[in-house]
Amino acid sequence: MSTEKKVGAVANYVDERTGAAKWMKKNLTKVFPDHWSFMLGEVALYSFIILLLTGVFLTFWFDPSQREVLYQGGYQPLSGIKMSAAYASTLNISFDIRGGLLMRQIHHWAALLFMAAIVAHLMRVFFTGAFRKPREFNWIIGIGLLTLGIVEGFLGYSLPDDLLSGTGIRIAEAIIQAIPVVGSYLAFFAFGGPFPGEAFIPRIFTVHVLLLPGIFLALITAHLMLVWYQKHTQYPGPGRTEKNVVGYPLMPVYMAKAGGFFFIVFGVTAFLGAVASINPIWLYGPYTPAQISAGSQPDWYMGWLDGLVRMSPPLESHLFNHTISWNILIPGLIVPGILFTGMALYPFIESWLTNDKREHHLLDRPRNAPNRTALGAMSLTFMLVTLLNGGNDLLATHFALSINEITWMSRIGVLVLPPIAFVITKRLCLSLQRHDRDLVLHGRETGRLQLMPNGEFVEVHEPISAAKAWILTQHEQPAALEFVSEDERGVKAPKGALNKLRARMSAAAVEQVPRVDGNDLKEIEHH
Amino acid sequence: MSKDIERLSDPGLPEHIHRKADNDPRAAKKAERQVAILFSFSVVGTLLFIGSYLWIPSKKFIFLPAMGDTNAQQLFLGLGLTLATLFIGLGAIHWAKTLMPDNEVIAERHEFRSEEIDRKDFVETVKTQAGAAGLGRRPLIKRTLGIALGLVSASPLLLLRDLGPLPKKSLEQTSWEKGTRLVTDPGNQPIKASDLEVGAVAQVLPELKPNEERTLNNIGKDAVLLIRIRPEEFQLSPERLSWTHEGIIAFSKICTHMGCAVALYEQQTKHLLCPCHQSTFDVPRAAKVIFGPAARPLPQLAITVDADGYLIAQKPFSEPVGPSFWERSS
Repeated sequence: MSTEKKVGAVANYVDERTGAAKWMKKNLTKVFPDHWSFMLGEVALYSFIILLLTGVFLTFWFDPSQREVLYQGGYQPLSGIKMSAAYASTLNISFDIRGGLLMRQIHHWAALLFMAAIVAHLMRVFFTGAFRKPREFNWIIGIGLLTLGIVEGFLGYSLPDDLLSGTGIRIAEAIIQAIPVVGSYLAFFAFGGPFPGEAFIPRIFTVHVLLLPGIFLALITAHLMLVWYQKHTQYPGPGRTEKNVVGYPLMPVYMAKAGGFFFIVFGVTAFLGAVASINPIWLYGPYTPAQISAGSQPDWYMGWLDGLVRMSPPLESHLFNHTISWNILIPGLIVPGILFTGMALYPFIESWLTNDKREHHLLDRPRNAPNRTALGAMSLTFMLVTLLNGGNDLLATHFALSINEITWMSRIGVLVLPPIAFVITKRLCLSLQRHDRDLVLHGRETGRLQLMPNGEFVEVHEPISAAKAWILTQHEQPAALEFVSEDERGVKAPKGALNKLRARMSAAAVEQVPRVDGNDLKEIEHH
Repeated sequence: MSKDIERLSDPGLPEHIHRKADNDPRAAKKAERQVAILFSFSVVGTLLFIGSYLWIPSKKFIFLPAMGDTNAQQLFLGLGLTLATLFIGLGAIHWAKTLMPDNEVIAERHEFRSEEIDRKDFVETVKTQAGAAGLGRRPLIKRTLGIALGLVSASPLLLLRDLGPLPKKSLEQTSWEKGTRLVTDPGNQPIKASDLEVGAVAQVLPELKPNEERTLNNIGKDAVLLIRIRPEEFQLSPERLSWTHEGIIAFSKICTHMGCAVALYEQQTKHLLCPCHQSTFDVPRAAKVIFGPAARPLPQLAITVDADGYLIAQKPFSEPVGPSFWERSS
């Protein structure tokens, strides 16, 4: 029997028992558009699968207990030292289980890649406007996954109970303890008493391997089902409209490409796990609250938070025998809270500002949405400054700089640089629009010089292809919204101030270089 | 849509260009062979993986440039796994790109909102059915149900109460008492003033009472740093000066910002630096904060010597050690 026949028999077998033929027929040939930037979310998905596989392996030997044991394992320098069972079993995985160190390192690298892919995917979705109606739900799920990813990563690297991770837990405890009114109660509940206690590692182990992965699975499933049901967005191009999807069918092309890509991501993390040492906990030693190693750094996705805490001014209020630690609350809870809430609500804010309630399936080229792109650049600049300040001690020691000066530069930079980034990015977008306009009107520069009869040199321009011209001119350029604060009878419109803000934002948003239209081309022909 | 007078026209999907393997059976055969070779490399990777597991001794370390001493078995297991997975991926993608159909397909999209008539019906149904339950007309039911649901969903949180004890005064107390000897950590040896030279630093803990065990919980609050400088360099109030002994001053080692161990002492400037967030404390001025996010100086422990010349605490800490909390009164 040929392979085709066999596969056909399987399909028949399945349908006779499930009646799935109609649904499967439609969905097996579902069309997906092709673009490299659509693979970023895939990387996140595949690293999640790698995390599940390697994580299950690690649980077979990891002992999530803070019970004190005397280490007798294969790593000689720590032999005979008292430590928690969690730390001892992590050493055991690293030195006495064949392939254990490899799995630990793949797990850690995959976690870093998972977060990096989520952030890159988020940037792709933001800058191309893929979050617009009808995809707001998926944006919010995505922000949820990002947030939980940060928590899950932090809990994961806290489990081994080494000196570095214990210090991280200590800082987390201080943040909980700083919450007004209920802070010390919450901290005592979380740690089962005073810090560090013996309850925290077992508890976060359950959260890390059961609770959060369960929520992840549910959210990822919902995320993918929505992508499936709503069909993927596509970049603008000839033949691509708001009403269609142009691409390749799931079976066989995307099955092979996506399946193959999973193995490539696996291969890359395996390579990193094999050759690039990560989190060598045996060098840090077991945790004790009285010790610390210089240059303590969290994983990269926590760096911005650490940087914010490091640049915070020493503010604390003492009122009526109570203490409020602004130096912890502002960088640790308030600023992150505002950032993530704003990010989650962004699709609704933009839709309100532009009064755009239509569905969008064609992606924006970032330059054609200058305000959004500038806002994104502004946020990234903020994050970059905080992230750099999270490594201020390393910058100081590596480049022989003053740590106080770096911190002060960050304090000022975090306020000054983001607005500058906004202005520069917006101007860049408009310049790029102008460039697009030139390209369509005057063609591309060929680099060929021509000597004219009068001795003048001119560069020959060639018209660009119709396809290219379409890509550069297909976008919308909506006019500014107009809001009347009162009608002709002098009755004030409700929420006049809000509407005024909206009108001003809208006026700012429509500052665009006019796209080439048919009239422009006609005019050129006349010359 | 102000500019939509005359848009350029959409030229439509470009004509499909056939690949070599689509027309030339020889090119197709070649592509097939390439895919097969890629898959075979994966098999080689798996063999390397199995071989490393079975035959490389698990304690063998080899020296590699840039990587240093590396466990050979872990390294080759990893490289085997890399080849095994990577080449499956490369093979599959090469297969898809050269041999699978590359005609772009167009699928239609449909707007998500339903037909007007269905939507109206739906909204109407929801309205009448909700009306039939009379939720709007019977506020008493609505309110009591709201209260009942709210309570039943919040009350299980009560069961989390036993996660831990109440803090009570725990955050404000340490093991230090009047007359407690300072002992070295590690070592648990009592310490004399003469054991510390000018410029020296030592970490100490309170001496254990008989049958008492040292726990991390205690260390987390009790850790103290002893620093000896020349007595004339102190800039302290008379009271604080009386808490020092022959130039030796004792501070809680737990940072007042977020509780890290304040472990970096710079002898020249007499600054203590917390490696977590770089709060900097000036030792001669009673650990006054001179940089960084910490808002309070490190609590100072009053010390003196007992009859045998060993350093002891004059009294407990006069304020809570470690990071701030709501109930902290100063």
